[in-house]
Amino acid sequence: MSNLYAYLTSEAPVSRGQARLAQAYRRWLALKANPLALVGLAIVVLLLLAAALAPVIATHDPLAQNLDQRLLAPSAKHWFGTDALGRDIFSRIVHGTRVTLVIVLLVVISVGPIGLLIGTVAGYFGGWVDRVLMRITDIFLAFPRLVLALAFVAVLGPGIENACIAIALTAWPPYARVARAETMVVRNSDYIAAVRLQGASNTRIVLKHIMPVCIPSLIVRTTLDMAGIILTAAGLGFLGLGAQPPMPEWGAMIANGREYIFDQWWVATFPGLAICLVALGFNLLGDGLRDVLDAR
Amino acid sequence: MASKQALSLAGTVGRELTTVAITLLGLLAVTFFIARVMPVDPVLAVVGDRAPADVYERARLELGLDKPLIVQFWIYLQKVFSGDFGKSVLTSNPVIEDIKRVFPATLELATLGTLIGISLGIPLGVLAATKQGRWPDHLARFIGLFGYSVPIFWLGLMGLLLFYAKLGWVSGPGRIGVAYQDFIEPITGVLLLDCALQGDWDAFRNALSHLILPSACLGLFSTAYISRMTRSFMIQELQQQYITTARVKGMSEARVIWRHGLRNAMVPLLTVIALSYANLLEGSVLTETVFAWPGLGRYITNSLLNADMSAVLGGTIVVGAIFVGINLLTDILARLVDPRAR
Amino acid sequence: MHINRRHALAAGATLLASTAIGAVTPSFAQTPRDTVVMAKQIDDIISLDPAEVFEFSGSEVTGNVYDRLVNYDVNDTTKIVGQLAESWSASADGMTYTFKLKPNLKFHSGNAITAADVVYSFQRAVTLNKSPGFIITQFGINKDNVLNVVKAVDPQTVTITVNKPYATSFFLNCMTSDVAAIVDSKVVQANVKDNDFGNEWMKRNSAASGAYILRGWRANEQYALEANPNWVGGAPKTRRIIVRHVAEPASQRLLLEKGDVDFARNLHKDQLASARSNPDITVSQGDKGYILYLGLNTKNPHFAKPEVREALKWLTDYDAIERNIVAGTFASHQSFLPKGFLGAISEKPYKYDVAKAKALLEKAGLKDGFTVTMDVRNTSPISDIAQAIQSQWAAAGVKLELLPGDGRATLTKYRARTHDIYIGQWGPDYLDPHTNAETFAINESNADDARSKTLAWRNAWDIPEMTKKTLANVLERDTEKRKAVYEELQREHQKTSPFVIMFQQIEVAASRKNVSGFRIGPSSSANYYWNIVKG
Repeated sequence: MSNLYAYLTSEAPVSRGQARLAQAYRRWLALKANPLALVGLAIVVLLLLAAALAPVIATHDPLAQNLDQRLLAPSAKHWFGTDALGRDIFSRIVHGTRVTLVIVLLVVISVGPIGLLIGTVAGYFGGWVDRVLMRITDIFLAFPRLVLALAFVAVLGPGIENACIAIALTAWPPYARVARAETMVVRNSDYIAAVRLQGASNTRIVLKHIMPVCIPSLIVRTTLDMAGIILTAAGLGFLGLGAQPPMPEWGAMIANGREYIFDQWWVATFPGLAICLVALGFNLLGDGLRDVLDAR
Repeated sequence: MASKQALSLAGTVGRELTTVAITLLGLLAVTFFIARVMPVDPVLAVVGDRAPADVYERARLELGLDKPLIVQFWIYLQKVFSGDFGKSVLTSNPVIEDIKRVFPATLELATLGTLIGISLGIPLGVLAATKQGRWPDHLARFIGLFGYSVPIFWLGLMGLLLFYAKLGWVSGPGRIGVAYQDFIEPITGVLLLDCALQGDWDAFRNALSHLILPSACLGLFSTAYISRMTRSFMIQELQQQYITTARVKGMSEARVIWRHGLRNAMVPLLTVIALSYANLLEGSVLTETVFAWPGLGRYITNSLLNADMSAVLGGTIVVGAIFVGINLLTDILARLVDPRAR
Repeated sequence: MHINRRHALAAGATLLASTAIGAVTPSFAQTPRDTVVMAKQIDDIISLDPAEVFEFSGSEVTGNVYDRLVNYDVNDTTKIVGQLAESWSASADGMTYTFKLKPNLKFHSGNAITAADVVYSFQRAVTLNKSPGFIITQFGINKDNVLNVVKAVDPQTVTITVNKPYATSFFLNCMTSDVAAIVDSKVVQANVKDNDFGNEWMKRNSAASGAYILRGWRANEQYALEANPNWVGGAPKTRRIIVRHVAEPASQRLLLEKGDVDFARNLHKDQLASARSNPDITVSQGDKGYILYLGLNTKNPHFAKPEVREALKWLTDYDAIERNIVAGTFASHQSFLPKGFLGAISEKPYKYDVAKAKALLEKAGLKDGFTVTMDVRNTSPISDIAQAIQSQWAAAGVKLELLPGDGRATLTKYRARTHDIYIGQWGPDYLDPHTNAETFAINESNADDARSKTLAWRNAWDIPEMTKKTLANVLERDTEKRKAVYEELQREHQKTSPFVIMFQQIEVAASRKNVSGFRIGPSSSANYYWNIVKG
């Protein structure tokens, strides 16, 4: 154990692998020193666990209707009460973690590439390519984001995948800007000049040499954005175009509870708390990660 | 020297304006084509579901839907350049008139929201910066992160449940009570101002009691953003040489912080406040939905879902122009104030 | 003349405004005594011109603002009573109708109501020919011949000649609809722009003679009506009616409980239950003609099989849905003519029977069920009903995927016949059985580019025999026989059609205890305000 500690904290790493591990360890130590970030990490881990073990944790089938047991107040049997179709709200929230995770994952894997591609191409080629791409970025930035996402969902049709695509289509501009700024720094470095001298094509340079450089800052950006993604998805769900019923999507659950808000407060309250908690978790973690990863 | 600077500034402004024009044109084009490929039949908003075939066909021709998309867009642009933004089929009003009616509602909401954000966010941020690592800092950080984590539509619902339904401290959805609605002459369109101008303080109180909850929701978001940025700007400023000098000179700590530190941090903060304002102006769709607020966000969304083309385009161009305009303004402001940015 | 009228109105409005302000106390939990305020969903209004009104909320306004020659008796919709007409008669060949106006009738403007106004109103309706125009043009009256077939014989007498010997009940029922309302020709003509018969102006103003005068409408916000003390039916009891758009039923209920409004008009089951238990609130109700149904597109090969269609009718738990989701706002109903219509039947042959459904599916070769989609508007209670059906159908292996969408998006898809199942509502266009029979049981051409796109067409249900039989029935001048044919048609329809007809709407209005007299009629245009009294 103490050997491992010495290995990880060595001032003079003997291999690249050791250097990397050591860096990761130092970052972990820094993160550990930040209690709020740890709380965030705990929440995210909890989310992952809840998603993985949803069938075990849930007390009821999240889709099973029981029309004679609708709108029951929280009790020992139904911890968070039941909704308008007599479904157990606690179980729906637990299963909703899966929906949330799927949304976050889908958006992240689609928004990153779009932003990366546009940003690096604009930054690397400069000139009119840059101007055109940046204009397009500006146009998308000038849209009210949620309205644009709503329009895309309306075009693409309902469903969680399409909602994710719509969110990605509206969320890429900041990513493109980050990637572009990063690319402009790297573009004129000796390293890239050397690669160019070796006769590498532009495509190859962008794909193999520029993009990898931009990825870390995009990852930080993504973590910070996770909460925003969750909130946007919930907003779409609330407006009725996010998820397909009977999927237990939290935003849609709030929308369903809206009609009962003044009498059966629990229907809308608990899904909202769940969104708050998870978004807060990602925010706390992202905040801590930024401090650790981003020297700036 | 000075005239040369002025010239270069004029050149920059000219270039920026061209960019703005191109951006707005692009915005129109994107909106137009997205809304047109949406699988919603625009004729339905005009004649309803039960119109016979001939009536339907006539309405389709009147909307120019038989022409190719490009031609439709071209016709629309020509009209816009002659100042005609068309008519909304949903409200059967000219779009300009609709926007004149709904925009002040959004403006009112976003302005009060931003005011709340400024008056809470700046003190909180300054406090956090001066007490780094101690409880005010943690509190500020938590409020900041919470503001980013709470779904605003849910917050609105909870607010309504608590402050309207249970406690009765504020009024419910809508902009003003029915009893007052028709007796306030729309002078500016901003209801609070209109009530005040007409000296109708009853109506003013009523309007305020409707306004306070939704703008507080927006205000939380604004507070979160402004306090975080204030904190980081203030930390930077407080490390500067002149602050140390001022302290050495024996200036009181309060004076150092508020008079010197904050004043210098104010320049970047103005940009932040302007951006937050722009965000609230365009980002209030959900708040407006929850509070049945007859504002621009709801107008655009509703028109979009009904494929009410002229209304969507008119609304989008207003939002886009505000966004681009505020960006441009902060840009110019930054250049004027901070010589390094030139 | 016209200018004078406007001045008078302006003076009246100012007076009204000042008195109303005086009546408002600082506490905002009260409405003025001479004013009744309603919270209602009125975002469907796109015009208040009677020649164009075809939406439920708009129709309620024109019903209170305009008069027609004849109207139906709200207590017995099969009876026709005179409104502006004192008497009417049909010629022996059933082609010409003669209407005699009551003496000394006046519009809101003070202008006398004459036969010329009637002719102008019909000319206006068929020339504008907006969505509801067909209700008149279906009698062969069009913009080219209208002045020849609708004639003022003398200032008090009008004759209308139709192109076929239609059933008298059919013609008269159509004359009760909004599009047949009589407008003040002088006022309309003063507001004509570009030959539009005043349509632009009439969208938000009235030129009428009814119980109330329209005093402004702002889309998605509100409309206001003021009493006409000289109305032919007597002076309305409440001076001012303000109807305010409140989208959320929950908000409507709270506004009502706090006394901010006098009426909440769109409460759902659960708000209704709590409103009923509140001693300050009373609930009144009336049957509406709107029918809630599922449309099964027979372009889907599964629904081309009659056994599958019937199976789904056995697989829907009407009782459970009614009891738990729509109690008080919908009542179980399984035929295409709503209760109260001539020829309506009350038989409900279907109930939830999984075994029967399974047997039928097996007969159709679908023992293990199948998968289909349903387009669902994302509004309550439609989406809840859809989810209940989803879980009920699963019992026989029918996997239902729900595709949520905004109202117009789902409707667009339905009209293009690209749906599998559509869950929708249908309201009669006018108070004659033909309106629903036409849409549910007539499909003149099943081609994609057919001219007439009835509900039968939308579900690609090709029914040449039934079409012929339904069409012939509008010419049946013996009311008893006509009624019998509609009954027969509905029974066949219940068995074979691709429509799972589930419910008929009940309209409810919850009001403060001190307010009474609101009449919920069988159609929106018969939701009358004039007896409303505020104590």
